[in-house]
Amino acid sequence: MSDIKARIDEIVNGNDVVLFMKGTALFPQCGFSSRAVAILDHLNVKFETVDVLQDAEIRNGIKDYSDWPTIPQLYVKGEFVGGSDIMMEMFEAGELQQLIADKDVAKA
Amino acid sequence: MCLTRPSLKTLLPFAKQTAYMGNMSDTFTGPVAAEITKRLEESLDPSHLIVRDDSEQHRGHAGHDPRGESHFTVEIVSTRFEGLNRVQRQRLVNQALAELLKERVHALAIKARAPGE
Repeated sequence: MSDIKARIDEIVNGNDVVLFMKGTALFPQCGFSSRAVAILDHLNVKFETVDVLQDAEIRNGIKDYSDWPTIPQLYVKGEFVGGSDIMMEMFEAGELQQLIADKDVAKA
Repeated sequence: MCLTRPSLKTLLPFAKQTAYMGNMSDTFTGPVAAEITKRLEESLDPSHLIVRDDSEQHRGHAGHDPRGESHFTVEIVSTRFEGLNRVQRQRLVNQALAELLKERVHALAIKARAPGE
């Protein structure tokens, strides 16, 4: 296992909800990341963010990690959920709320 | 750059709006859009496909390419998506466009549906 995969494993398994994004929750640097944060805020869950712009190794590594070429990426209880399009579709369908409830995710 | 965080209230109408259909010259604005269209038609045989260039909306953002054609929305309907979940559908689109995503296209929003959905 490469170092970067081990690092990402540690992050996604060490937090219930993790968003790999551009910028921070307070200052997103991209519209898609901004939308992803707004959805998580609305779900009232505790979430961690990782700013890929501050870490080139993670920025590249995360794309291979889930074979997903774009940022943001959401992980819940260690599982890859999707990017911002999927988050919005799931949110609108009530599926994201259901996933959060099913996985017994910690509240904000 | 987006230094403010839009509220969900302002985001939802954006997500729900239907894709701008445009006429042919709006939809196929340049060589990258044409290449995206070609690759998706070849690999996924879509019954409906709109490739929209959103680059102008991102002028001045990180990742905006002065050549234009850096940000796209793809709306695609294909029988290949039947029985697949959202992640699997987007993977098919991403795989078809892998080289473009690596080199040229900075952002791609995807709406992938099977017929009748």
